[in-house]
Amino acid sequence: MRLSEVGFFLFMIDCILTNNYIFSRFLGCCPFLGVSSKVETSIGMGLAVTFVMGLASLFTWTVYEFLLIPLKLEYLSTIAFIFIIAALVQFVEMFMKKSLPALYSALGIYLPLITTNCAVLGVALLNINSNYGLLESVLNGVFGALGFLLAIVMMAGVRERLETSDIPKPFRGFSISLVIAGMMAVAFLGFKGLVK
Amino acid sequence: MPIVYAILALGALGVVFGVVLSFADKMFAVPVDEKVALIREAVAGANCGACGFPGCDGFAEAVARGDAPVDGCTPGGAKTLTALAEIMGVEAEAGDPKVARVLCQGATGIAKERVTYDGFESCALANQLAGGPKMCQYACMGLGDCFDVCKFDAIRMVDTLAVIDEEKCTACGMCVKACPRGIIEMLPRKATVTVRCQNQASAKEARESCSKGCIACKRCEKACEFDAIHVNNGFAKIDPEKCTLCEACVAVCPCDCITVVAS
Repeated sequence: MRLSEVGFFLFMIDCILTNNYIFSRFLGCCPFLGVSSKVETSIGMGLAVTFVMGLASLFTWTVYEFLLIPLKLEYLSTIAFIFIIAALVQFVEMFMKKSLPALYSALGIYLPLITTNCAVLGVALLNINSNYGLLESVLNGVFGALGFLLAIVMMAGVRERLETSDIPKPFRGFSISLVIAGMMAVAFLGFKGLVK
Repeated sequence: MPIVYAILALGALGVVFGVVLSFADKMFAVPVDEKVALIREAVAGANCGACGFPGCDGFAEAVARGDAPVDGCTPGGAKTLTALAEIMGVEAEAGDPKVARVLCQGATGIAKERVTYDGFESCALANQLAGGPKMCQYACMGLGDCFDVCKFDAIRMVDTLAVIDEEKCTACGMCVKACPRGIIEMLPRKATVTVRCQNQASAKEARESCSKGCIACKRCEKACEFDAIHVNNGFAKIDPEKCTLCEACVAVCPCDCITVVAS
């Protein structure tokens, strides 16, 4: 999928719906299940991931293009990207602790866990593998993360309603969440034909 | 040579991020409440969970914020309480120190066995399997659920009976929660006279199932001059507020189910 071939709108649809990080690529499932019990915190998590994924795409692409390729160190991409993402998440954590303490405490352990969120590393590696340019990389990161945001907020909405619903005992807790995640994934499969 | 480039490239990335992050650390520094560290030092530090917070760190933060009472750490006892009160600048008085006591004396040979239990070593499980291995439905099953949760090594299992070492007990209350039969009770440490039975069965059943079971004969009730011991629901119970430790009830009990802890 190239931006120049399909245009901005279809590229966005592709990143958000057709190739949704959670439902189609199955990346980033940990925070998807862990922080989706309240809509508010899930929005915060989604925005934090959006921020990190956008910046990670920018930095990883730059480092890859201007540092790793000229030195013929492409094989170091994974470790270099992990490095960049870890530093970015640290930065976001410090920033949030200062400016958004409420969100910081709501996200708790899941904020540092963005470091090991495979969606963030996934987007960086996918950008390189798809031979994306800088603009495409950043758009892919931001829109991919918006797809993540959409998924996690939808999940949180469903789970808030689950709180009051009468669920059979064996399904309570994570079981029903996983069943719902599976059904959502099937629903998102319907978007597959949208972008060729 | 490429290996040198690799080391240099990653090293350079590390240095750049290090500089940026240390700069950001200064820029976004948040003053940490020094009380948290002080409180963390003063609490018992067993991460037992008796306070209801996730570990001692969680409790320390909650106290510093004012969301948790200074007397929340029961295992720390009076020492922790005075230390926390000093740190937080509030007045606090140490309540009666408490201790957990097992209200059963049904060791092997005293409480009769109904079946030979050969399953998992879990009281909660055995309790659900048709009422456990002993005839008495209110007896200690001796499979050690309380032993497992005790962080202070205060519980021993002796002849299928939980025995609490009152020297080591910190009254954290974890065993009280763990016991599926509710026969461990938190009592004031100074109330040394305790009825060690809670069976609600009829006198006949109690007699048949255990040689130290309360048969609700009310002799203790009559012997007590201070209105401190009463028989309700088939067993005697002492009101620690009224008990004067005269031990009159101990002398008249035909079943040896009232004990005195040597203080």
